[in-house]
Amino acid sequence: MSTEPLASFESSLDEVGVELVRTTADRFESALAPLVSTPAVGASLPFEDVSLPDAVETDPTVAELDAADTGVTAAGYGIADYGSVVIQGGADGEEPVSLYADEHVAVVAASDVLPDMDAAFDRLAEDIRGGTGQAIIATGPSATADMGALVKGAHGPMDVTVVLVEDR
Amino acid sequence: MSVDDRRRKAERIRHLLDTEGDSVQGNTQVFNEGRYESTADLEDYEALKDEARAIKEDAIERLPELVDRVTEAVEANGGTVYVADDAADANRYVTEVVDGRDVVKSKSMTSEEIEVNGALEASGADVWETDLAEFVLQVADEAPSHIVAPAIHKSREEIASLFNEVFDPDEPLETAEELTRFAREHLGERILDAEVGMTGANFVTADTGTLALVTSEGNARKCVQATDTHVAVAGVEKLVPSVEDLQPFVELIGRSGTGQDITSYVSLFTPPGDSPTFGGDGDLGSGDDREFHLVLIDNGRMEMREDDDLRETLYCIRCSACANSCANFQHVGGHAFGGETYSGGIATGWEAGVHGEDSAAEFNDLCTGCSRCVNQCPVKIDIPWINTVVRDRINRGKNGNLDFLVEGLTPDEEPGGLDLQKRLFGNFDTLAKLGSAFAPLSNWVARSSVGRTVMERTVGVDSRRELPSFERESLVEWFEDRGPRVSPDEARRQVALYPDAYTNYVRTERGKAAVRVLEALDVRVDVPAAGESGRAPFSQGMVATARSNAESVYDALAPAVAAGHDIVVIEPSDLAMFRREYERLLPEDDYVALRDHSYELMEYVYGLLENGADADALPDGDGQGVAYHSHCQQRTLGLEPQTVAVLEARGFDVTTSDVECCGMAGSFGYKSEYYELSVDVGESLADQFTTDETADRTVVASGTSCLEQLDALLSRRPAHPVRLLDTR
Ligand code: SF4
Repeated sequence: MSTEPLASFESSLDEVGVELVRTTADRFESALAPLVSTPAVGASLPFEDVSLPDAVETDPTVAELDAADTGVTAAGYGIADYGSVVIQGGADGEEPVSLYADEHVAVVAASDVLPDMDAAFDRLAEDIRGGTGQAIIATGPSATADMGALVKGAHGPMDVTVVLVEDR
Repeated sequence: MSVDDRRRKAERIRHLLDTEGDSVQGNTQVFNEGRYESTADLEDYEALKDEARAIKEDAIERLPELVDRVTEAVEANGGTVYVADDAADANRYVTEVVDGRDVVKSKSMTSEEIEVNGALEASGADVWETDLAEFVLQVADEAPSHIVAPAIHKSREEIASLFNEVFDPDEPLETAEELTRFAREHLGERILDAEVGMTGANFVTADTGTLALVTSEGNARKCVQATDTHVAVAGVEKLVPSVEDLQPFVELIGRSGTGQDITSYVSLFTPPGDSPTFGGDGDLGSGDDREFHLVLIDNGRMEMREDDDLRETLYCIRCSACANSCANFQHVGGHAFGGETYSGGIATGWEAGVHGEDSAAEFNDLCTGCSRCVNQCPVKIDIPWINTVVRDRINRGKNGNLDFLVEGLTPDEEPGGLDLQKRLFGNFDTLAKLGSAFAPLSNWVARSSVGRTVMERTVGVDSRRELPSFERESLVEWFEDRGPRVSPDEARRQVALYPDAYTNYVRTERGKAAVRVLEALDVRVDVPAAGESGRAPFSQGMVATARSNAESVYDALAPAVAAGHDIVVIEPSDLAMFRREYERLLPEDDYVALRDHSYELMEYVYGLLENGADADALPDGDGQGVAYHSHCQQRTLGLEPQTVAVLEARGFDVTTSDVECCGMAGSFGYKSEYYELSVDVGESLADQFTTDETADRTVVASGTSCLEQLDALLSRRPAHPVRLLDTR
């Protein structure tokens, strides 16, 4: 893949206030460690040779979920133009894990960074027809301006970090 | 409307201006500016809008088929689809499904439309709004005032005192951050406990049964994930054929609404989902047994689909751009500019369709037809046209056609029951003709205190507003005496200068200046007697009269067009008639012929200079400072830059206003029920022209109404820009 979508992904993420951490499968654990503050919850990652550290609870109770500082999940893909990540999956808990913790860490494979919305929707349509029940195009943290000023973290996370695994 | 009705309306508007106006104004303007910025970044904005429009046109055309398809798709996934005829039908179904259990809801205007909360609560269910703005309104027991930001009329201070009073927290809440945290926790518990999650849907794809929800807070996601039963309510018009069709909307909706490139979450749910849910035992339980009900609501929509004028309303994606770009809405908000449920520009269409014309009649007159919303709508709905048509239907009323006594005695084509005030403004041409014929006596009578009192009582012309002063000699008469000064052989071009009613009878000076400026650039000018464009009756919803005016104007100008001459128009709202509204009023060929040969005066001068006319024939601006207010319809047509360019080319130093509208808007500012709103809107423009930077500049404005308004609000006397170029 050309480096162009990655560069624009990085600048779009910056615009929506999301930090991007670039790493490889080898160095994944050390790259992730400083991003995880405990208590942490997670949903297992679908990448070969990449896994979550033990400190991350992948089968949380409701109380653990509610109390979590960090939630780590994979994102199916990224959309470079918008700095979005697409959170898919179901039974493994991607949805609650990415939604209840104060900070969401989304792990994306570099090869899954798509240039624009057109490309994203081609893939979304294919996935949905293939049975993916949910796909959240998430861009930056949750936010509200309903209380008289912009506040980050309305019902969802107030911080988002994207970890890009470059050799995937 | 009676004197008392007018007074009551004025009072209500004044009350809202005082209590909600500032908050609405601040917030809508942030959205509005955000939209201008965000859409400017889109390379293919126009193409995306065309694509979005085409998808909606196609979907509404094929609606019955899409309902069948989505039913198949949802049932194949294990969910249920129910098509509800009306609110009562929908509520009965939803109440049965909920069966007294606790419900958490995310924001949905459709659920407001059917008032499902009341029905559920009556059946014993607890219902919590989890969208923070909706939550505020639920606590305050108020109705939404905006379709995207329903609590936009409330300030942070008001929300803080509301929460402190109702919830009595240990520490009083104050900042937006504290209020948000408090609401999140309070609602978080409700979400954990609830068994039913209720959402709306911005779009529903017929091929897969996927709901698209556009949100920023994350509460819709929680409502779906945390509960075992998901009920989604959506108008039938929310259906689009396939998942791919969502793409242009996803790129347009946030930009159009709040001015964000995209909102935090665009959720595509194809329920029933299998995300873990909250079991009773504190574990995250399997979500495999979720139930899903899609309730598609007709409630008048299928009838709108058959209605050639209201059909477009169904293309609306409820983004609120039309409200945010509306000067009147910006100042008074949706509690005045709205009906039972919907608010803002397109609300007339929705209310007329789902709640009936009476609901639309309450606020329909607040649309002045300025057209600023037209280019902002992501699906290119002609919103002012819908407002005009509904106004026309309201005018005709239930028995308007039966009033044979009055009919035939008035110069218009309207039924007898028509409101006198509308009839007066709609027949401005006749009025101006008489006023001019009897000037100065007519001016003197009109200005006398007895005259003003009578006018205020009978037709609601506010006595605080200065009336136009008619000239004894009309522009057409002046020109007949004087004749053209450029011979056909020397002429660079030949034009017919269109004498709009105002220029012809009231502001003849700008007409004379226009003739001299064109002649200085070697143009041979004729000023044919062409009559009023139809703008005046059109703005009162008198469509039949507007049509007959349009036909006469066409007859008067057609010979010039046939001879290959150009039509030059001074008044931007009349040019807008020729270029936009005549499409609805004239046969297509006539419309196209007139449209293609008509130019705004300064646009035309710009074109002449670009094509080699000698600019030095016009006066030198010599660095003189000018503050220029274009005109709402002129800006919609993209014709502000030409005036600026011409003035700058002649050495003037120009700054421009950026308010959406001057607030006077034709007859609007004269009407006693709207006078104060008109002035309030006008103050925003006046403020821009009284800053340190602009206070000493010469003020020019293109539109008659804008000139009247600026004249009333500034101590400097404004003029049409052509006066700066007058060779005399
Ligand atoms: S009419 Fe157009 S601008 Fe207004 S809310 Fe609907 S889609 Fe948006």
